[in-house]
Amino acid sequence: MRHLIILGAGTAGTVMANRLARRYKTELRTGDVRITVVDQDPVHLYQPGLLFIPFGAYTREQVVKPRAAHVNDAVRYVHSAIARLDPGTDTVTLASGEVLSYDLCIIATGSRIAPEETEGMTGPGWQEKVFDFYTLDGAEKLATALADFTGGTLAINVVEMPIKCPVAPLEFAFLADAYFTKRGIRDRVRIVYATPLDGAFTKPACSKSLAFLLKDKGIELETEFNTGRVDGDAGALVSWDERSIAFDLLVTIPAHKGADFLADVPGLTNEMGFVLTDPRTLQAKHKPNLFAIGDATDVPASKAGSVVHFQSEVLDENVRRFLAGQPLEPAFDGHANCFIETGHDKALLIDFNYETEPLPGNFPFAWGPLPLLKESRLNHLGKLAFRHIYWNALLPGYDFPGIPPQMQRRGKVFPAAAAHP
Amino acid sequence: MPALAAIARTPEGFLERAEDWDKDLALELAIESGIPVLTDRHWLVVDYMRQTYLAKGDGPTIRTLGKESGVNIKELYQLFPKGPAKLAARIAGIPKPHGCI
Repeated sequence: MRHLIILGAGTAGTVMANRLARRYKTELRTGDVRITVVDQDPVHLYQPGLLFIPFGAYTREQVVKPRAAHVNDAVRYVHSAIARLDPGTDTVTLASGEVLSYDLCIIATGSRIAPEETEGMTGPGWQEKVFDFYTLDGAEKLATALADFTGGTLAINVVEMPIKCPVAPLEFAFLADAYFTKRGIRDRVRIVYATPLDGAFTKPACSKSLAFLLKDKGIELETEFNTGRVDGDAGALVSWDERSIAFDLLVTIPAHKGADFLADVPGLTNEMGFVLTDPRTLQAKHKPNLFAIGDATDVPASKAGSVVHFQSEVLDENVRRFLAGQPLEPAFDGHANCFIETGHDKALLIDFNYETEPLPGNFPFAWGPLPLLKESRLNHLGKLAFRHIYWNALLPGYDFPGIPPQMQRRGKVFPAAAAHP
Repeated sequence: MPALAAIARTPEGFLERAEDWDKDLALELAIESGIPVLTDRHWLVVDYMRQTYLAKGDGPTIRTLGKESGVNIKELYQLFPKGPAKLAARIAGIPKPHGCI
């Protein structure tokens, strides 16, 4: 008998549990394979929906469902916090004291915001005029604050990379612009976007398009702004090099961290608690029978649901190979695919990987090509449809017909002096 | 002729090959980056950057620098204004740190 443990039943953990349950359907029935998934929180949150909650476009009921309902019945689902992972003895200790031994462990514990890492952030003004929207609680409180906002400076800042869904803060800025325009008070609101990056986004061509959109919408861009502290009383966001942005309302994307119990294992994670992971095979560098997927890894890909989907196809195969004693397939290419809401019912679409930055062109899709790196209503509809795809196709762990895990070059317009000869 | 002009670099001014670097080149890179003098404190950071890169294949993040280089984040920004991790990496002759996705 082989026991596979999956730590975490978020997007990545749920997808892997369902994929492996299908792969080992027979073995699960005969008892040759057992699969256990552990999560401390009974509620599955549709995280892409958090962006729309502050603007009153989505409610709590539209973004949460019970976790267990989305995990295949052949998998043992354990609702518990994890106290300890011990790769030395191949065991996981639950908060209850129960010890689970495993043959193979998949770490899918995601990332969480750590506002406490920034001086003053959770001090005076926290959740009064300083808000996050990366938690359901934060997004709901921000919805109230935005509805009450009648004018002044709205600052949006990214504390440090990496963060979940690196485009979400920009989308928030675009949607805020549209929201205040709709309320007829845009002329009384100054919107400032502060980022530690040297441009609007991490990838050059995309960064240029997005910077243009920011300018077009009258959103001020402050680059290389590394947040040192927040002074809620004074309403000031201060960088390490003593630049200061005065705000009436701050929407912050705090630093992100991996699960604390992982950081307790010497040599398993980087300084933020993200698992040191082979970027192509998704095997943890610490020990061969440990794998990691999704936000929990340190691979230089976006922390996003689309990435999880593409990784899951590769990891599914590599789990099989590992258990069969075969060499792993170095097949993950960093592929990410993201809709970027730009307000007024339009969105951009970007598609990229470790080597290729987001390019213009179009993305071949079942319903017809979607324009890349260009605002369109079709992309916005794609973003809204994604919620249904998420619950009904992505979480069950199905392959999407016509969209292989590796980024496709078809449809993209490469620069004349292409990086790929 | 200044040595720097003969060295292959990225459009952002990072060395293409870390092995091309030496201490004289670091001084030239520093001047080009707006840091006229490299003090002992600067060197502490630059050496730490380079050693970390040679050992791990990627430069440290600003967070690690602040914790482990012996210079805290506040001072890092005084020594290397705007982007310490990026600037110190350039002066240390190593690639731009990944940090950002």
